[in-house]
Amino acid sequence: MSRFRSLEFILGAGITLVICGLVLASGWLFPDVGKIDLMARLLPPFQQAGHPFGTDPLGRDVLARAVAGGKISLTVGLVSVAGSVVLGVIMGLVAGYYRGIWDVILMRFADVQLALPFILLAITVIAVIGGSLTNTIILLIVSQWVQYARLVRAQVLALREREFVLAAQAIGVKNRNILFQHLLPNLLGPVIVLMTLNVANNILLESSLTFLGLGVDPTIPSWGGMLAEGRTYLQSAWWVSVFPGLAILFTVLGLNLLGDWLRDQLDPTGRTER
Amino acid sequence: MTQAASAPLLSVENLSVAFGSNPVIHDLSFSAPQGRTVAIVGESGSGKSVTSLSIMRLADLAGAKFTGGRILFQGSGGDIDLLSISQDQARHIRGNQIGMIFQEPMTSLNPVFTIGDQIAEVLMLHENRSKPDALTEAERLLNLVRLPDAAGMLKRYPHQLSGGMRQRVMIAMALACRPKLLIADEPTTALDVTIQAQILSILRDLQAELGMSIIFITHDMGVVAEIADDVVVMWQGRKVEEGPVEKVFADPQHPYTQALLSAIPRLGQMTGEPFPLRTPLTVLEDGAPKLVGERRVQDTARMAEGPLIQVRDLSVRFDVKKTWLGRTTHYVPAVTNVSFDIHPGETLALVGESGSGKSTIARTIMQLNKPHSGDVMFDGRPMSQMGLAERQRLRRDIQYIFQDPFASLDPRKTVGWSVAEPIRTHGLLSGDREITRRVAELLERVGLPAAAAARYPHQFSGGQRQRICIARALASKPRLIIADEALSALDVSIQAQVINLFMDLQKDEGLAYLFVSHDMAVVEKMSHRVAVLYLGQIMELGSRAQVFENPSHPYTRRLLSAVPVPDPTRRPDRPALEGEVPSTTRKAGEEPVPVTLTELAPGHFTANT
Repeated sequence: MSRFRSLEFILGAGITLVICGLVLASGWLFPDVGKIDLMARLLPPFQQAGHPFGTDPLGRDVLARAVAGGKISLTVGLVSVAGSVVLGVIMGLVAGYYRGIWDVILMRFADVQLALPFILLAITVIAVIGGSLTNTIILLIVSQWVQYARLVRAQVLALREREFVLAAQAIGVKNRNILFQHLLPNLLGPVIVLMTLNVANNILLESSLTFLGLGVDPTIPSWGGMLAEGRTYLQSAWWVSVFPGLAILFTVLGLNLLGDWLRDQLDPTGRTER
Repeated sequence: MTQAASAPLLSVENLSVAFGSNPVIHDLSFSAPQGRTVAIVGESGSGKSVTSLSIMRLADLAGAKFTGGRILFQGSGGDIDLLSISQDQARHIRGNQIGMIFQEPMTSLNPVFTIGDQIAEVLMLHENRSKPDALTEAERLLNLVRLPDAAGMLKRYPHQLSGGMRQRVMIAMALACRPKLLIADEPTTALDVTIQAQILSILRDLQAELGMSIIFITHDMGVVAEIADDVVVMWQGRKVEEGPVEKVFADPQHPYTQALLSAIPRLGQMTGEPFPLRTPLTVLEDGAPKLVGERRVQDTARMAEGPLIQVRDLSVRFDVKKTWLGRTTHYVPAVTNVSFDIHPGETLALVGESGSGKSTIARTIMQLNKPHSGDVMFDGRPMSQMGLAERQRLRRDIQYIFQDPFASLDPRKTVGWSVAEPIRTHGLLSGDREITRRVAELLERVGLPAAAAARYPHQFSGGQRQRICIARALASKPRLIIADEALSALDVSIQAQVINLFMDLQKDEGLAYLFVSHDMAVVEKMSHRVAVLYLGQIMELGSRAQVFENPSHPYTRRLLSAVPVPDPTRRPDRPALEGEVPSTTRKAGEEPVPVTLTELAPGHFTANT
């Protein structure tokens, strides 16, 4: 199939598959991931065969932690984005298409939520329901669906005046079918772009929550957490934070390439609109 | 060219232009003599706009390559080849010695600056005038294009002006530095006929006053006949014919010009005919003109049967301003007390200028708008008393065709999917194979290959897309099709083919049409009866012969006189039509005054004013 023979798809899918594969196999590749060896503190990378990416201040292997840390980071990043997309897109479609009272309620609710600082919201919610992986994801979904709802609503407002939507209404197509067969495919492009950017954002948000002691158990490695830890050693031991940083970078790059490819595939005219 | 005594102001010699490796203009030569108007005519894709942009040197900014030829212009500093100068030098000529006006007056004016500032900017830039001096000159220019209250106009913003006024401002701007050459690229296409007539007469007068040359680019042969001295006909990037306007119209040499001229609907061509006439068409086949199709009297209207649609005292309003409690303070009475019938097999045309409410009526019948008062009856059943199921059934019996066929097809669905949508929505056929077969049948019915079903709308031309929309409209076997300006976006030769398709379908399927249009000549060709609308009310209603041959309302006469006649020997010396369609926003509580209609002859009604 020629549609898979594009550089974007090959690179994007390749990078994403390698990262996901490594992360999934991390328990088998690095069974002793958290082993502390104070005799081997802050070893520089590429010098010892046992620690190719060096060690952190507690003598833990950076490579092993970077690979194992993907479990938390990828779960949080992907699940929270998927959740907020589903919630936000449905809300945006309903608000934009039906207008009226639903629009007013949903959008004022969204305004209120945008006015609350994220950290304040996070502290309140976690204080009430407690910190855990699930609660972190729920918190991220709750704080981020608004972006998608607003984006989708704006698109729907423009699209619903287009003649092909009027034509569908004139034929007598049910509203549900107009929403999902005509509007949704036409507004997915920008949503996909926002999604791919948001994955990285959410991986970092998870780390700031963990840093504040509000997120996941800090002893479990995650990319964001490792970045935060390594920050104090940045001048003397750059490798502690650079390798988890690279892991985030490649994840985002792979997803971005895949997202671009997917958006182009969804558009039969072959022109790109952003 | 015959009678250019002095050297021509501009001569294009063997011009070839390409976008990438794709040539769009081949070896084009023509010249624009001093003080005369040259019209470049052609359909979409003929290269006429690229020609004008090449003269302005805007084409290469858009990525075009000049692959050959030269454009000689007698500038103030002697002869120059416009293609060999730098963009810097070209910028001094643009707007200064060559002015240009575009099709869309709204998008060519900057919405955040006043009219005065925008005209003054041109003068300050090119003539180094001071601001007060430039504003005085701007006022003189606005007077020149006959805008009322020029001094007040300087302080207004583009959105406060109507389309015709904005186009006059554009002309004033183009004339600011007294250019020797004015290029007008479809300047009247987006305007109503009455406004078009105003703009054309202003351009003609200004040319006589200022002695400039005009290159007028258009697809409308009527406009050509009215304004041009010489004509260049372009087809597929080549010049196929050129000559004085009388000669080209009277004795076209090239088969394409012959086909083009035969395709134009001419106002008055139906005089004496009781019914619309399906006429054969001249089409080009392997470069030779050929007459295709039969000649048939379209007496399909079954007036003896009860009316299919009865519109009774219909009023539609749009709220424009509300208090924050949701109470309306201002509204637009888009349609007021309109009544008419449509019989099976009949074509009723609604004509009027933009803002006359003709589309609103069509959309209300299609249940896309809600009536404020009055009712629409289908088969004698009032729509207001119909339940949901019956209303849904109505969406099967009435189908709608929009003006822009590209916008009315979902760009992300295949053509087959779109054509099948009414069938699936109303559950008319079960089973994918049957639906596929019916879609293929429908596409072939409108003259497209069945294989078209697998392709997407952007892979078709404008005319083909409109055929797809017609196929979709036919899919649910409707009894009434509403065509809302369905022919306006099409080239004349395509338009003529689609008109014949409409007529054939009417004969074979017994369809009734509600035909919404601003194009009087097309209406005359197609319709059995005509209703003339002005500001949401019917001014005149009658058979085609009654309205066109014996127009009794002044507004109908005004509308008819504004239509350009594609015959250069009969240039109407019409008095400058003045006036704009007034704004109709009203305060809540202020009711529009309904007009009363008098029956002059059986079936011929006219408003008392």
